Amino acid sequence: MSTSQQPIGGTLGTEVVPVAPGVNLLRAAIILLAFAMAAAVPIAFASSYQLFQLTLAGTYAIAILGLNIVTGFNGQISLGHGAFYAVGAYTTAILMTHFDMPYWETLPIAAVVCGVLGFGVGFPALRLGGLYLALTTFSLAVAVPQILKYRGVEDWTGGVQGTFLVKPDAPEFTGLNNDQYLYLFVLTLAALLFLMMANLLHSRIGRAMRSIRDHPTAAEAMGMDIARIKTRTFALSAGITGLAGALSAIAVEYVAPDSFNVELSINLFVGMVVGGVGSIVGPIFGGLFIVFLPNVAESVSRAAPGVIYGVILIFFLYLLPQGFAGFPRRIAALFRKRRQD
Amino acid sequence: MQGLAHQLIAGIATGGIYASVALALVMIYQSTHHLNFAQGEMATFSTYIALTLIQAGLPYWVAFAATLVISFGIGVFTERILLRPMHNASVLANVGVFIGLLLVFRNAMGWMFEYTIKSFPSPFESDTPLLGGLVSGHELGSTAVTLVVLGLVFVFFRYTKLGLAMRAAAFNASSSKLVGIRVGWMLALGWGLAATIGAIAGMMIAPVVFLEPNMMLGILLYAFAGALLGGIDNPGGAVIGGFAVGVIENLGGAYLVGTELKLTLALVIIICVLLVKPSGLFGRVVQSRV
Repeated sequence: MSTSQQPIGGTLGTEVVPVAPGVNLLRAAIILLAFAMAAAVPIAFASSYQLFQLTLAGTYAIAILGLNIVTGFNGQISLGHGAFYAVGAYTTAILMTHFDMPYWETLPIAAVVCGVLGFGVGFPALRLGGLYLALTTFSLAVAVPQILKYRGVEDWTGGVQGTFLVKPDAPEFTGLNNDQYLYLFVLTLAALLFLMMANLLHSRIGRAMRSIRDHPTAAEAMGMDIARIKTRTFALSAGITGLAGALSAIAVEYVAPDSFNVELSINLFVGMVVGGVGSIVGPIFGGLFIVFLPNVAESVSRAAPGVIYGVILIFFLYLLPQGFAGFPRRIAALFRKRRQD
Repeated sequence: MQGLAHQLIAGIATGGIYASVALALVMIYQSTHHLNFAQGEMATFSTYIALTLIQAGLPYWVAFAATLVISFGIGVFTERILLRPMHNASVLANVGVFIGLLLVFRNAMGWMFEYTIKSFPSPFESDTPLLGGLVSGHELGSTAVTLVVLGLVFVFFRYTKLGLAMRAAAFNASSSKLVGIRVGWMLALGWGLAATIGAIAGMMIAPVVFLEPNMMLGILLYAFAGALLGGIDNPGGAVIGGFAVGVIENLGGAYLVGTELKLTLALVIIICVLLVKPSGLFGRVVQSRV
């Protein structure tokens, strides 16, 4: 069904090469093994605070996955995904405290709310292309804490003080404590989302997204409605990031306007670049990076993480534009060169 | 009526600040098609330099002039060192560098000058209310400074050879090169000028909103809104848009939404412009062929 799209396939950055069934099996085995390790090792060895940090890294990884779909794969720059993270978190907080919903029921609702919001914000900007989306989303990220503090919605949001929520109890049959259970829950959900997105990005829709990134004019000439695809991609991306925000609210047990300021959006952006723009595994590195770098850097000074973030961001853009995810390929290329010499 | 007139005048005074920052943004946008997301942070950084100089004992206007020179240098330096190698890179890489700059400037300020809110002196303090209490000395003075700056920028681009060369470089880089204009340096000069204009805006707004590392974030948002409203590729339009946003913000803040949602107002203006007239009031309508 994809014969009509073959001609531009050559210009796409990461075209899928058909592989032998054995390679696919091997890949599946590696993924399963990695998942089992990621699940078992921290549960066996990590303290509850370390588990909390890993849980948080998981939610950031999901958020960056969402950002990467629109920025990495569709080429539309968003500087305001923290806003969707915030709305997802608040949706869950409000549903859990005001409507007594169980935590897992709030997740799809948070995703849908953020998807709709993303559609609304993306629609005016994405018709136009260029920097308009970056500008609009940046403004959204700056404005969001103020909206959350607004007195008219204080009864729902808790205003400046924010809202506390209760961490879910682990089901008894698992025999885990609450931190371990939540970590496994987030990890499993993250794994499912990453697999779903990998499949989506390798499908016809994913090819359409990437062709719009690489050559919008050609994509439009092939009959794609690029404004529609861009807006829907943005909505999907906002929904995933909103889901991540909802998970973070459950993990942190607290939401407050000032934890969702513009720096959150910027951190997600930095995490995406450092992990690897347009890479499916990149967001995992990105999530770990934005949780654990400040721990290291804060021992220097309160301002140090920000300066180091900025320097690392510029460093990666200049020297490692493919991020951490590009390392294996770089090393492989290096070896190949050696062998040829 | 008195209240309305006061809000209007206050709106024009802050509008002048937005107009300056919008002009700085549009100057860089015109020649590179990039929006400098770090413009606000660079201006705040300049304001801190001014405060340091004043505290070191320099008279206000000497410190003012010195800050302008230093800011110009920072602007030129930033373009030459950081943006030059990115000249042919993707939009994403450029936006990334701007965000990196924003992070470095913002946190370096926190590091060097601490996060506490500081007051900044105004050279136009007067105890006697002017025009029957309608306008403060600082509002009048800062509006005058802004208008002088905008006038100077206009004269520079319209009537000097260097201004003409800079416009040419922005309009058509390759043809300008052929007639002997050093396009790379024109870009760096544009950055220097933009940083200087931003520094003036920072020093004029600091006595009103107090100085802290976040000072220009909201102002940058209004400047974006102003630039979009006036037309992002039209410097004159951006200036008018900046003043209009200042007035809308003050009237809206006083009579419509209250001060709590002022930033949201900027977001609403941006979205409305994109929905109704994406090219802005005075911008060129860009058409693309498929």
